[in-house]
Amino acid sequence: MLAFLIKRIGNAVLVMLTVAFLAFLIFRFLGDPVEMMVNESATQVERDELRARLGLNDGFLVQYARFVTNAAQGEFGLSWRNQQSVIGLIAERFPATFELVLIATFLSLAIGIPLGVFTAIGRGRWWAEGLQFSSIVGVSLPSFLVGILLILIFSVTLGWLPGYGRGDVVRVGWWSTGLLTPSGRAAVVLPALSLSLFQITLVMRLVRAEMLETLRTDFIKFARARGVRRRALWFRHALKNCLMPVVTLTAMQVGNLIAFALVTETVFQWPGMGMLFMQAVTFVDIPVMAAYLCIVSFIFVTLNTLVDIAYAVIDPRLRNA
Amino acid sequence: MNSQTPALEVKGLSVEFPTRKGVLTALSDVSLTVERGEILGVVGESGAGKSMTGMAVLGLLEPPGRIAAGEIRIGGQRTDNLSDAEMETVRGRMVGAIFQDPLTSLNPLFSVGQQLTETIRLHSDRNRAEARAHAIGLLKQVGIPGADERIDHYPHQFSGGMRQRVVIALALAGNPQLIIADEPTTALDVSIQAQITTLLRTLCREHGAGVMLVTHDMGVIAETADRVAVMYAGRVIEVGLVEEVLNKPKHPYTRGLMGSIPALGARVERLTQIDGAMPRLNAIPPGCAFNPRCSEAGARCREVRPALVANARGSVACLVHDGGVA
Repeated sequence: MLAFLIKRIGNAVLVMLTVAFLAFLIFRFLGDPVEMMVNESATQVERDELRARLGLNDGFLVQYARFVTNAAQGEFGLSWRNQQSVIGLIAERFPATFELVLIATFLSLAIGIPLGVFTAIGRGRWWAEGLQFSSIVGVSLPSFLVGILLILIFSVTLGWLPGYGRGDVVRVGWWSTGLLTPSGRAAVVLPALSLSLFQITLVMRLVRAEMLETLRTDFIKFARARGVRRRALWFRHALKNCLMPVVTLTAMQVGNLIAFALVTETVFQWPGMGMLFMQAVTFVDIPVMAAYLCIVSFIFVTLNTLVDIAYAVIDPRLRNA
Repeated sequence: MNSQTPALEVKGLSVEFPTRKGVLTALSDVSLTVERGEILGVVGESGAGKSMTGMAVLGLLEPPGRIAAGEIRIGGQRTDNLSDAEMETVRGRMVGAIFQDPLTSLNPLFSVGQQLTETIRLHSDRNRAEARAHAIGLLKQVGIPGADERIDHYPHQFSGGMRQRVVIALALAGNPQLIIADEPTTALDVSIQAQITTLLRTLCREHGAGVMLVTHDMGVIAETADRVAVMYAGRVIEVGLVEEVLNKPKHPYTRGLMGSIPALGARVERLTQIDGAMPRLNAIPPGCAFNPRCSEAGARCREVRPALVANARGSVACLVHDGGVA
């Protein structure tokens, strides 16, 4: 198990170094940082001085090493747009995105898994086939359209839930959470639902397919033959054998959710990292973009590593791999 | 329940599969009895209905298959008319099962102990600790060395033969009076086969359970079974003591079956075979199902379906022994 862990974590570090290299290339070679930072009347001497002070005359590898060292400590420099620390900007926005994605993931599992099990065991019944059919709608509707429809129905027409913003937030240390206030909780419902609709149907269809496969296996038949009750058969024996791909899908999708959140955050005016990134793109704010790249891929890589470890926990056969 | 009631009584069992092209009759008027502590071998070609009979007894026919007629009694209690929910309390407790492939019979994600204690607790009032102790006892009975430690191992940590031992322990966990063993040795090495059949035999004697041993392997039947039932095209055509049926088969099909077993040591160019093939379920001929392939068939065989008639040594369904073929 220890060798397994070391191997996985080593892989993760390697991937992160590669991503950091790409981010560094963007940071260093897309436009001239000095041009962006000095004002128009600066003399050549001042420019050279700044260039030396920023270490831009050093060798390529030295600069890369410095970038990685700083990035590892969360130091991504100043935003070119408003001279604030990049990591500060991101830290301010991160909780909003994280909470949104967390709730969306929770919804997709809490709704998707039971629906998948029920559509599998009710195969051939009208309600199961109806659900399976309508799930195609969920897969094929783009998330911004779903968001707009949800706003139209639940906040404009019915007026039940807010259609934009994050509501009141409470600070817990550096973390700002909307989940502790009634208005914050109300505000997260629509964006989370819109973000998770696609995932719900994806999880449901995956679980259904896996369940149908698993229910045909010999060990399920044998479990029936030794008297295991249907409920335990479905939710214990069969479902556990379906969880591996669900775990993979979910972890991969959390990465996608963060990416999709870009759209959802824009539709719902949700003050998260996605919005920050959109603004950075508009103003060619390279340090923010580089930092966003590093942080999102850090989340991706961490999740992937956790998935590998989760595999080993679920499936005893992989523990020695 | 007294010791006189047979472990299994099947009377006039018919199983049908409604399909788009009409109803297929997979089993037709099958009758069998398994006494307590007895091993009944059921032999026949693939598709003769051996496994189907076992599955019908377990109540595990694949839909749309259904029991169309007949009765099944396990330990004297009728089970063919029970609901799905009621059958759940019959399986494991009244009838245990052993399937062909030990590699796929166990759930890979649960330890052997978890699967054993689950089964034990389903069928008795034992608490967790008692169930575990009982599980270790069962593993010892089926001959797994180091059972105290092995109980926490997962199926993939056992060899094929050891896994089949675990499967047998699972079949015995609910202390059933009947065990359906569907090709229990087919997937195993020949050297392991003998160990498993011996184990099966010993344990069934000890537990007083009757066994319906489904196999196409005459060697296994000869070594293990007390009596044997021969099936052909969904019908039982001959039943009798093993030595009688193997040495003095009465039905022409059984004779052909015995004749086609190659003898050890004799080198022959062509192996003996029964000409033709077993009819498909949608094309079973009228009269005796075997008549197109039978060298002794007469006009009457094409019209009259022979009944299973008891004689001094067993029973046989053949007009040669029941009024003549002409």
